[in-house]
Amino acid sequence: MMEKMIFGRYVPADSVIHKLDPRSKLMIIFLFVCIIFLANNWETYVLIGIYTFFMLGMSRIPFRFLYGGLKPVIWLVLFTLVLQVFFTKQGNLLYELGPIKIYEEGVRQGIFISMRFFFLILMTSLLTLTTTPIAITDGLETLLNPVKKLHFPVHEMALMMSISLRFIPTLMQETDKIMKAQIARGVDFAGGPIKDRIKAVIPLLIPLFVSSFKRAEELAIAMEARGYRGGEGRTKYRQLSWKTADTIQLFLLAIITILLFLLRS
Amino acid sequence: MDISLSHVEYRYQANTPFESLAIQDVSIDIPAGTYMAIIGHTGSGKSTVLQHLNALLQPTEGTVLIGSHEIKAKQKNKNLKNIRQKVGIVFQFPEHQLFEETVEKDIIFGPMNFGVSETEAKKRARHALSQVGMQEEILNKSPFDLSGGQMRRVAIAGVLAMEPDVIVLDEPTAGLDPRGRKEIMDMFYALHKERKLSTILVTHSMEDAAKYADQIVIMQNGMVAKKGTPEEIFSSPKELIQMGLDVPEVVRFQLKMEERMGRKMSKIYLTIEQLTSAVTELIVSGERV
Repeated sequence: MMEKMIFGRYVPADSVIHKLDPRSKLMIIFLFVCIIFLANNWETYVLIGIYTFFMLGMSRIPFRFLYGGLKPVIWLVLFTLVLQVFFTKQGNLLYELGPIKIYEEGVRQGIFISMRFFFLILMTSLLTLTTTPIAITDGLETLLNPVKKLHFPVHEMALMMSISLRFIPTLMQETDKIMKAQIARGVDFAGGPIKDRIKAVIPLLIPLFVSSFKRAEELAIAMEARGYRGGEGRTKYRQLSWKTADTIQLFLLAIITILLFLLRS
Repeated sequence: MDISLSHVEYRYQANTPFESLAIQDVSIDIPAGTYMAIIGHTGSGKSTVLQHLNALLQPTEGTVLIGSHEIKAKQKNKNLKNIRQKVGIVFQFPEHQLFEETVEKDIIFGPMNFGVSETEAKKRARHALSQVGMQEEILNKSPFDLSGGQMRRVAIAGVLAMEPDVIVLDEPTAGLDPRGRKEIMDMFYALHKERKLSTILVTHSMEDAAKYADQIVIMQNGMVAKKGTPEEIFSSPKELIQMGLDVPEVVRFQLKMEERMGRKMSKIYLTIEQLTSAVTELIVSGERV
């Protein structure tokens, strides 16, 4: 059931994108999320689309896999599209059927917003698909280093993040296991009225909570037993290295940003 | 109820980059009333086979026949609930599935899902609890206040209370102390004998397989490497050792002894009692000669 999930999942491959420094990838995503709001006409959206698909192509993630994983999201995108199309009342009237009126501006806005949404999802999934969770955390920790001066607990945040990312697969496995055990005891997770289905979640959630708390405690003990004392003076096993490719990527995004400024209306 | 797997193949996460073949061309027949042990290394596909016995997994190739219900690859299946009542599974570390406020509620959860009335389910709960060797007093306790071993027993009682025709055990004694192990294994064996309950035991323990099973299936790399009665399986111990599997202590003892004495005994003995009497006989007759 959860086998198809692609969020937060790393797909190993040997590609340019995989080899980028996590810091540059994080910066690219952050910038991308900002500049996507610069797009406001067809030219700019097409440019962003080309860039997104160019990056996806370079990552060598099988397209069929992406499609399978994004299917549920496509519904969400379509839903936003429909909302926009029906509820924006600007521009020329295109179509009318009883109380339903569709305006030109609505269609335009709908398409733009769902495209923006779609590209955002693609790019952010690209980050997690091509970067190991541990690399993302390392990158974030280094990028946020300056904030340490303001007594912001950067190391602790990074640790929390890496622990939670580390335990996502474990939790999924555990969910699958307990689900199967309860199905074998006659629970029906998929069918029946909504009320029964909500009730069916209880035999799943309680064991999950219990085991998560137990695991957290065991982890804390194991860390203390090995002398963990926080980030102060802690050295790193994995060293990040900034390469020419990272600079080129950032440069490429800078060009895109300039083009966006020039093309936007 | 008979269960039979024919040419079953299962791939995890088919059609993704993570696809992996778990089992392949697995054919096993489990006639009603059999005690079968499935043995193999971690990752040999034992647990995947087990999940097919109750339609928790649908084969990606081949057919599983459970009673009169046929489960085929690439076909929608309905009325699986029926199967699930007939085939009870005790998963590894079954105590992880406990969730109710009281032991009683947890045990009756299974039966009530299958439409048993509350009074009947409560009756069954008491019976199941005594089967697993526990006192009725704990019925109103929270399962989370029990010790690990007690939780295990309560979880097993929860499956027994469903009164299945077939019971599937996935290393039911992992992590228990030797006494608890023996008690639980003996309890399942007694159930098998009394109620003609088909029992399928997935285990690492050659000792248990030799002691209890009528049929043994050895899995290796997702395929059935060998199947037969314990006598057949353990009659060629060298082969098992080559597969990287263990041989029961008794058999190992016999092999060492034969090596030292430079003579072979007529057959392989599977329990300490059998071997002891055979050796005694050997010694006694040796003295006479």
